[in-house]
Amino acid sequence: MTDIRNAEKGSIVGSLTVAPITRHTLALYCGASGDLNPIHVDIDFAKASGMTDVFAHGMLSMAYLGRLLTDLAPQTTLRSFTTRFTSITQLGAEITCTAKLAERFSEDGEDRARLELTAVDQNNDVKLLGEAVVALPN
Amino acid sequence: MIDKKFIGHEFAPVTAEVEKGRLRFFAKATGNNDPIYSDEEAARKAGYPSLPIPPTFLFCLEMDRDNPFDFLDLLKVDLGKILHGEQMFTYHAPVCAGDRITFTSRIADIYDKKGGALEFIVMDTQARNQDGVHVADMRRSIVVRHG
Repeated sequence: MTDIRNAEKGSIVGSLTVAPITRHTLALYCGASGDLNPIHVDIDFAKASGMTDVFAHGMLSMAYLGRLLTDLAPQTTLRSFTTRFTSITQLGAEITCTAKLAERFSEDGEDRARLELTAVDQNNDVKLLGEAVVALPN
Repeated sequence: MIDKKFIGHEFAPVTAEVEKGRLRFFAKATGNNDPIYSDEEAARKAGYPSLPIPPTFLFCLEMDRDNPFDFLDLLKVDLGKILHGEQMFTYHAPVCAGDRITFTSRIADIYDKKGGALEFIVMDTQARNQDGVHVADMRRSIVVRHG
């Protein structure tokens, strides 16, 4: 992890690789998150809905990106966090989250940094694209 | 096609309490070993009154009610056909265990792409704590797959 205040624009300031997603991961996330949509845990429901198998919650990978953000900066400095879910995350996916410094700027009386976020699987297929704004301590 | 008359529809507010056990379970489920998210003493040392909620947890808390997919019933959309398209959070104040958060949601937009093969539902949600402090805003975009 790199200090965002001193990092060069365009440089990678942090990354995180998470253990491959299993059915057990999805069962735990289903219960812990309260996202009870059966499509993520019940293969019969998933097949009846036209999918070949269950697949990961997009919000699980967004939570991984959130872990990367709170590793990089205290959560109280997080101002916004946005992601687009660009493709379905399959079972077995090993997600790597990366944050790149897009710019530093001033807004609402504080110095801030905009980070570009990506989450890719082990084949480098992009799963999530997003950005976050964090305040930089003086 | 989803009836566009629902654009602007406001849902009755829902309230949920942030519970410590739930946060510890969420930390475990997301592989988060940072102690401030599961150990209250570590959280206090970091300056929080109790366990803080991680960045995406408000989305989960909003679903903490009898039927978190009630809006799909209203819009006559099949739960098996939806995907999450986009998610935005804007944070205004911290939220910790013990807080009671009230969520007020409205349908901001409904539109389609690819000649109706994909429809999109955009929901805006405002979150306030037990003292009426506006703690966050969320926007989620849901994709409905047809065919």
